[in-house]
Amino acid sequence: MSIQENNQLLRFTTAGSVDDGKSTLIGRLLYDSKSIFEDQIEQVKASSEKKGFDYVDLSLLTDGLKSEREQGITIDVAYRYFATPRRKFIIADTPGHIQYTRNMVTGASTANLAIILVDARKGLLEQTYRHSFIASLLKIPHLVVCVNKMDLVDYSEDVYNQIVADYEAFSSKLDIKDVQFVPISALKGDNVVERSKNMPWYEGSTLLYHLEHVHIASDSNHIDCRFPVQMVIRPHTLEHQDFRGYAGRIDGGIFKPGDEVKVLPSGFTSRIKSIELNGQAIDEAFSPMSVTMTLEDEIDISRGDMIVRPNNQPEVTQDLEVMVCWMNQQALQARTKMILKHTTKECQAMIKEIQYKVDVNTLHRIEGVSQIGMNDIARISIRTAQPIFKDSYRRNRQTGSIILIDPNTNETVGAGMII
Amino acid sequence: MGTYYLPHLKELEAEAIFVIREVVAQFERPALLFSGGKDSIVLSHLAKKAFYPAKIPFPLIHIDTGHNFPETIQFRDSLVEKLGVQLIVGSVQESIDKGRVREETGVNASRNALQTVTLLDTLEEYKIDAAMGGARRDEEKARAKERFFSHRDEFGQWDPKNQRPELWNLFNGRKHIGEHFRVFPISNWTEMDVWQYILQEQIELPSLYFSHERDCIVRDGVILAHSEYITLKPEEKVDRMTVRYRTCGDMPITGAVLSSANSLEMIIEEVATTRTTERGTRADDKRGETAMEDRKKQGYF
Ligand SMILES: Nc1nc2c(ncn2[C@@H]2O[C@H](COP(=O)(O)OP(=O)(O)O)[C@@H](O)[C@H]2O)c(=O)[nH]1
Repeated sequence: MSIQENNQLLRFTTAGSVDDGKSTLIGRLLYDSKSIFEDQIEQVKASSEKKGFDYVDLSLLTDGLKSEREQGITIDVAYRYFATPRRKFIIADTPGHIQYTRNMVTGASTANLAIILVDARKGLLEQTYRHSFIASLLKIPHLVVCVNKMDLVDYSEDVYNQIVADYEAFSSKLDIKDVQFVPISALKGDNVVERSKNMPWYEGSTLLYHLEHVHIASDSNHIDCRFPVQMVIRPHTLEHQDFRGYAGRIDGGIFKPGDEVKVLPSGFTSRIKSIELNGQAIDEAFSPMSVTMTLEDEIDISRGDMIVRPNNQPEVTQDLEVMVCWMNQQALQARTKMILKHTTKECQAMIKEIQYKVDVNTLHRIEGVSQIGMNDIARISIRTAQPIFKDSYRRNRQTGSIILIDPNTNETVGAGMII
Repeated sequence: MGTYYLPHLKELEAEAIFVIREVVAQFERPALLFSGGKDSIVLSHLAKKAFYPAKIPFPLIHIDTGHNFPETIQFRDSLVEKLGVQLIVGSVQESIDKGRVREETGVNASRNALQTVTLLDTLEEYKIDAAMGGARRDEEKARAKERFFSHRDEFGQWDPKNQRPELWNLFNGRKHIGEHFRVFPISNWTEMDVWQYILQEQIELPSLYFSHERDCIVRDGVILAHSEYITLKPEEKVDRMTVRYRTCGDMPITGAVLSSANSLEMIIEEVATTRTTERGTRADDKRGETAMEDRKKQGYF
């Protein structure tokens, strides 16, 4: 635990097949970074004893809810926290096998980094391909492949090198910028937090060192100015009679007072009068800051509008091509009506066509499908009832993403990345 | 390109403010559940920042068990006045008087479980469709999977199996009539984040959080304030102790810790070296490993 105030936040997700050691690894990170409290350790020790283990099962630290515990399954995304003097970490822990794609997509949507676990004895499996594909689809900027259970292969350099070579051959087909490899033993602790004495041949950094130092400041888009308006702030007090502020979160670019801006969809232009929060002026606003913006001119602006720069605008369109991950039991068919959410905008949408489904294990396209089911990933065409101000997901994860909501059940049924 | 990044407290603040604003934009009658503890105080501070120079556009709701520390009530009233915000008080005593709930008896009697009924009644009376709370995911295992926007059925119940997936920062607050949401804007904060933020923003706190002298008893390893709500067991005796509180709950069940920390800096130092969770000092969570989860399902905060 750290008492430093100005460290960065890194959000990461973990992926691996069942029994690759995900829970043990997270338990190890929490334990070795001293983020575990005594009463939590006591609980885990007690549970380990009850189960008849002769060691403290660190994987129990990340164990889930009671009903799941009773059934011995975990079915969802859980969030864990730890900090070192350099950084604060949020782990989106996505265990479970059946609904795995959906869970991993959820955890990956906000992650800067993904850890992919590979069992050193087994090498790359179908699941490894699937997880890597999802990581690349969700445009997680950084990937760390942890070759785990090195203790069970005598800490063999050859085994490790072979897995690295296999992975590199495969990942060249994917769109992932930054891939690192670390040989570890989550159970024994080698190269997780402490450098391993058992693998002198490994010259790279430990997993934690990498998590603490990987360069994430450029992960957000600082080029294309995008400010979706969440709400309008009108105080209606004598003191601030004419105040009209636009509240929202910056989704891209760098905004400064004095900048010329354009408001979508009206197309009116103006200049930024002030950017502030709580009455304090902000010189430069960038993602992911929440601010209140005022403009020089009185323009009619409301929730769902977007403030951008005149010379760099998103595409305004009612037709979207989307890679969607389906998250609901009820399958999706073409011609279905949905509610679509994009930035702060919400409108009706029609699923016009299902183009193809992706086999997440082989990355092959499956054409001619009439419906997509839970955990499927597919390319679909959508027509929206109102214009959307979109960027491609590849360019901007905020203005390039949508969710689909079933108008009858109100459930979130699909997660989409705009092509 | 320069290095444009936010320090983690700024990023957490930005996230919380985004969520609070989403609530106001998506719901008709939101409210903030104010417990009097530091987390809900931080939440009110974030709400003030989110809408400035306008006033906070929703009421604070306080569920008064009648067993509060007097310091909590004083603090609440002065905060409400400073913020110029509406306060709604739901009274557990009233629920008891009306026969909505029956008071527990015995030495370990607590009104904690009764709060749930009063809370749900209050939400219904004021037709609140989104109740924001200061719960954090790091507090307890059952909360690690909680959403920012947590859907409750028409009985106010939480179904851990039927929660909506949350992706990017697209929050789905759509609901059917009679249903409502609990929203947790500081989900991603840890106890340390909260303290660091309080220090950074110089947020005022009730005096309970700082070291003071008080008459206490020790029951089942928990230090409890001696008060009119406590029935002493024969072997228990009252001692004067130097303590402070890590959470602000009901007097009969909130455990104190021995501490001489009387400034924010000292508290942060203490939190950094403490090896027990905050909830570990609450007698109500000691009732079983999954106590919290069970109460949550029934609609507890
Ligand atoms: N020998 C060895 N066993 C490990 C290692 N990591 C995990 N395990 C064991 O592998 C099993 C599955 O681990 P767990 O963390 O529950 O896997 P998960 O399903 O991916 O969460 C457990 O019995 C662990 O003790 C390791 O590095 N070395």
